[in-house]
Amino acid sequence: MSRELRGRAAIVGVAQNRIGEAPGWEAIEILAEAARLALADAGLSLREVDGLFTCSSFHYMPTLTVAEYLGIRPRFREGTVIGGSSFVHYLLPALLALESGQCEVALICYGSNQRSAGGRLATMSEPQPFEAPYGPRYPISSYALAAARHMHEYGTTREQLAEVAVAARQWAMRNPEAFRREPLTIEEVLASPMVSDPLSVRDCCLVTDGGGAVVLVRAERAADHPKPPVYLLGCATAHWHRGILQMPDLTVTAATESGRRAFAMAGLGPDEMDVVELYDAFTINTILFLEDLGFCPKGEGGRFVEGGAIAPGGRLPVNTNGGGLSCVHPGMYGIFLVIEAVRQLRGEAGDRQIEGAETALVHGNGGVLSSQSTAVLGTAAVL
Amino acid sequence: MHGSGPEAVFRAALREGRFLIQRCEACGAHIFPPRLLCPRCEADGPVFLEPSGSGTVYSVTIVRRRGGEDDNVVLVDLEEGARVMSRVVGIDHENVRIGMQVQGFVGEIDGRPALLFRPVAEEGS
Repeated sequence: MSRELRGRAAIVGVAQNRIGEAPGWEAIEILAEAARLALADAGLSLREVDGLFTCSSFHYMPTLTVAEYLGIRPRFREGTVIGGSSFVHYLLPALLALESGQCEVALICYGSNQRSAGGRLATMSEPQPFEAPYGPRYPISSYALAAARHMHEYGTTREQLAEVAVAARQWAMRNPEAFRREPLTIEEVLASPMVSDPLSVRDCCLVTDGGGAVVLVRAERAADHPKPPVYLLGCATAHWHRGILQMPDLTVTAATESGRRAFAMAGLGPDEMDVVELYDAFTINTILFLEDLGFCPKGEGGRFVEGGAIAPGGRLPVNTNGGGLSCVHPGMYGIFLVIEAVRQLRGEAGDRQIEGAETALVHGNGGVLSSQSTAVLGTAAVL
Repeated sequence: MHGSGPEAVFRAALREGRFLIQRCEACGAHIFPPRLLCPRCEADGPVFLEPSGSGTVYSVTIVRRRGGEDDNVVLVDLEEGARVMSRVVGIDHENVRIGMQVQGFVGEIDGRPALLFRPVAEEGS
């Protein structure tokens, strides 16, 4: 039924900025710079933005704060917070608002200085009353519980988790914007200090600063902008729990649902994806999402990533910017998934470019494997 | 307890050393944490009961703390069906295994009553 929305909106501007460390910059300043750069990429000005989609770990009423700071008065806004996946989720309300005439130019934007401001995850998340007394570290212990269960049920190993981190690093080494670019080996991952068993420091995403922004318009005017449009072919969000205690099966995420719905809307399947960008807050994420999005059977994710299969030159290019593990993770990573996919589909990805990429899968995760947002993007060739 | 929500009922019992879960009388689901409605079938008023305390470790992590004591954090499936987060005591953290049989009791964490678990001795040991 949502097939009629397939390809009705396009991304015409993207930008990311202050990736890594940005001492002396406020989160809102990084966001504003990202917005300005993405709009310039689209050949648009702030005055033309009438749809605003944003949230952060810094602003209680984010769309109000950001609109005030940018000096805009949007006709439509959306600031739902479902964690780091929020910025993938926003593609759907942006599409609906554009298609129904509620706005003409949709701006999705994010900025964070969490590394320079404190060096740890900034979060407004409230303690979970039936979990907090036992001292799980938020959010890593929840992911560690999922990893431990996956290892128990399917024989997934720490070496296979380490493969994910090493593949991300190898992509990052081809990306001049990535924060961590020095070589990394499986042995180094295995030898890094445990944080919450079985996840070690190198199984965890970075804590960086950084901003990003994405601009969408309706498909019929997409060709009027300087860069080749990237069309939104499918998108869907699903969530089944908030806290890890209420996740029914720790080896199966709601990405099974969001992926199925996004692929159905796009009329495409996992075998037809040229580039895959998955929210890798922790190494187990990549394995779970490869399974849940249909790139391999349930339980086979660990074996799927072995032998550099998702690294440069492998069978499936996954997290081509270096991901949250090695490129950038300023608290919420979702928008950077979209930006990297767009760059790949435009052919702008330099040494890490996937030749002839026409389709991309973007998958955002939020909370503790809680919210799952999937999008399928494509060039004009697959419209 | 009239006039209190389910969470207050739960906390009052815990202070008296009793850990409670709920059971939906309409569909039979066992429920934790305490809820006003059955999340499976929408029925009102799940009733409180004291579970046997017997359970199986569903997953485990060891939270490493700089310069302090490490803790294990477990998810335990109670034999009635509900799942709880807790800690297994009386055993080295590294020896807490998925699938291990454990028995719950109300102990304390930082001076507050909390559900904890002990390993059940295996037959022959």
